[in-house]
Amino acid sequence: MSNLTTAAYLISSVLFILSLRGLSHPSTARRGNFLGILGMTIAIVTTLANPGVLSYKEIGIAFLIGGLIGTSIAVRIQMTALPQLVAAFHSLVGLAAVFVAASAYYNPSAFNIGVVGAIPMGSLIEMSIGTAIGAVTFTGSIIAFGKLQGFVSGNPLVFKGQHFLNLLLGLGIIALIVKFCIDQNQELFWLIVAASFVIGVLLIVPIGGADMPVIVSMLNSYSGWAAAGIGFTLSNNLLIITGALVGSSGAILSYIMCKGMNRSFLNVLLGGFGGEQAASADGVKDDRQAKQGNAADAAFMMKNSKTIIIVPGYGMAVAQAQHALREMGDLLKAAGAEVRYAIHPVAGRMPGHMNVLLAEANVPYDEVLELDEINRDFSETDVAFVIGANDVTNPAAKTDKTSAIYGMPILDVENAGQVFFVKRGMASGYAGVQNELFFRDNTLMLFGDAKKVCEDIIKGLEN
Amino acid sequence: MSEISNQLENLSYKAQQIANEASQLASSVVDTSGGHSDFIIFGITVLVLACFVGYYVVWSVTPALHSPLMGVTNAISSVIIVGALLAAGPIDSTISKYFGLVAVGLAAVNIFGGFVVTNRMLSMFKKKL
Repeated sequence: MSNLTTAAYLISSVLFILSLRGLSHPSTARRGNFLGILGMTIAIVTTLANPGVLSYKEIGIAFLIGGLIGTSIAVRIQMTALPQLVAAFHSLVGLAAVFVAASAYYNPSAFNIGVVGAIPMGSLIEMSIGTAIGAVTFTGSIIAFGKLQGFVSGNPLVFKGQHFLNLLLGLGIIALIVKFCIDQNQELFWLIVAASFVIGVLLIVPIGGADMPVIVSMLNSYSGWAAAGIGFTLSNNLLIITGALVGSSGAILSYIMCKGMNRSFLNVLLGGFGGEQAASADGVKDDRQAKQGNAADAAFMMKNSKTIIIVPGYGMAVAQAQHALREMGDLLKAAGAEVRYAIHPVAGRMPGHMNVLLAEANVPYDEVLELDEINRDFSETDVAFVIGANDVTNPAAKTDKTSAIYGMPILDVENAGQVFFVKRGMASGYAGVQNELFFRDNTLMLFGDAKKVCEDIIKGLEN
Repeated sequence: MSEISNQLENLSYKAQQIANEASQLASSVVDTSGGHSDFIIFGITVLVLACFVGYYVVWSVTPALHSPLMGVTNAISSVIIVGALLAAGPIDSTISKYFGLVAVGLAAVNIFGGFVVTNRMLSMFKKKL
């Protein structure tokens, strides 16, 4: 690698770091994204200038086809479908890593790592590890995509001896890698790929739909480590630096999500949490009655309140209620109320999902606050309006040591003067736990589709 | 053209051999031929330091922008296209080249998709008027 190339790759790396740095505030974020694009452009142009790269026509066609597909998907995708889009994109990075490694195996001289059958041991180790991580990322992301999109049941798929089987497969892959590094046999290479594909599926199927934010972040991390692995094969610092950035980003997001649920990462990975079985298994009959209200009551009471906090959750995304919700907020603001939004770290199906949906509905970002920023304010708030969230508002998490969600940080919605809880029925949330909040004196249930309820309240406010 | 590329390949391979033999000249020759054994420790150093950079930079990202963060990291992890381009580069038609071309296409979907969707998300974040 010439000094000029190395310098250009270094500039790319720095631009990628600055691109992530830009995301520290919404006002600098778009510039950050632009720096990322610039970094990528420099990386690609520099590589194209490499004397070994000659087939510009074919590369151009492949690049153009990929670019067109990527752009047209990204332009059309609905914001509520972002989590599955990100999962799908991760799978492509994984698959690309497998193809690059395969290519390096069949033509090592293009990467300066010896000749076929005589690849140095170090390169073989890196290559096979990169391949395995890439392959796991590929199938794991596809299952995550399927669960989020609804192709695959969101319920955890648990069977006896599951973890033992995974362990066996994991050890098998390690054994295959060792054998491959000694023999350099092509069957072994593809066996590593196949076994990694299988373990990718097995790792994700036991994990419930609502745990997918952790999984999507984890796969994000894996795609980074796969890139770093390939970086070692190519002796390329740009890939290693970028891989490390992406890898640590995904790991930190997974950590934040786990903390938001008060569960360990291992507990999420072992799976079996949530889904319909959990909800019905916990079907202890509750004869307490929740008070039920209607949209007209809610409209009347909110019109006369000074402070309102709205707590959105995944149900808002499912019902596409964000636009109607913002309209309701605007009317309340026009009536003189202060309207703010409280976001729980695990609300939605990916980190920051609710913020994007509210931004899409034109809610200014300074009205949208995180749990730590707003939690104390509930006690001085007239109305808390919970829409599509459930477990994250359950006061039992603070008091009931036997509860499945005990210790999870929750939004102190019950401290507000009046709570409106928009929900389709009385079913319990993802954790399969009955929400204590429903039976509080200051809670009024508004049953119905989230969007419909908002629209009814808007009508009430307009009268 | 293919002859030239073959010659280039041979030359680079020979250069690597020379580099390995001439250990006293290693540090200067390594740069041009990619002396691999020296790279591992160097690469691990870079990896560890980059993890620290990533740790501090990512913690400074505001939680409201965690979705765009995933979009951007998704796009930049496709920097793997560097490897794909090198694999697809040779002029002669080999299986290795076709693998490379597929990887170029896959990475391109991600690069464009990732940056475009992030831009779409970020353009929606507005301050109170």
